Amino acid sequence: MSADVDPESAEWVRALAVGAPARDAAVARLYAGLLRIARAECGRRGVGGDVDDLAQQAATDAVVAVLAKLGEFRGESRFTTWAYKFVVFEVSATLGRHFRRTSPEGWDIEDWNAVPDRFGLVPEQQAEWHDLVLGLHKAVHEVLSERQRRVFVALVLNGVPLDALVAELGTNRNAIYKTLFDARRKLRARLVAEGHLDEPGGRA
Amino acid sequence: MSDLSALERFLDTDPRDGGCGEAMELLHVYAELLRRGEDAARFHPRIAAHLRACGPCKEDLEGLLLAIEDGAG
Repeated sequence: MSADVDPESAEWVRALAVGAPARDAAVARLYAGLLRIARAECGRRGVGGDVDDLAQQAATDAVVAVLAKLGEFRGESRFTTWAYKFVVFEVSATLGRHFRRTSPEGWDIEDWNAVPDRFGLVPEQQAEWHDLVLGLHKAVHEVLSERQRRVFVALVLNGVPLDALVAELGTNRNAIYKTLFDARRKLRARLVAEGHLDEPGGRA
Repeated sequence: MSDLSALERFLDTDPRDGGCGEAMELLHVYAELLRRGEDAARFHPRIAAHLRACGPCKEDLEGLLLAIEDGAG
């Protein structure tokens, strides 16, 4: 922790340290604050049904994360902002796991009819986008690795949330994002090479 | 704006994009810069590039900004 950390943040770190007097009370105060944020965040994201269960789970996991990483707090922000970050992440992860448990299977189904809706392509202008979508379909099969294709199909064609796919594949958000990032780059290069797109941006 | 713009934007990748890991590591710092009205993108261009492309990280940033507001209230 840097020397110029604000007094309130420093007090949080002192109170939550292992062996601190009244640590349990500080942990309870942290949990209460994170639960309030988790409830609000679940509400903002339009979660229905068992909001309280999901919020409690996210807040509990966030407290565990904050306590485990307490030594990494460097005072670059207020302590509460740093702690809120963990509960926001836990809400995302909890909702991802919830989606995985409750959504129908079939994340690997290639429904290319979904592409126009996904990207707001309207039937009246089909002449403009038809060849590009066909080229994209072909490129997905010809230039992507099996894992890149799996990620593309789940996220893009089936609209699976990133955090649900993270839970499904037992990996982390960064790894999935990087896989899709590389896939996007390869797809664009192929579409440019085949004359469907100009480089950079714009259509041929 | 072209009818194809959303698909084109999806296929465009920004080489400055630092990925989810970097954004998640510093999201609290980025959020406080925004909250103070500072030019967060200038200080952290790789995170800014990532947030333009990654819906889930942008969603987390929005949630964090509201949490800061809620916590301050």
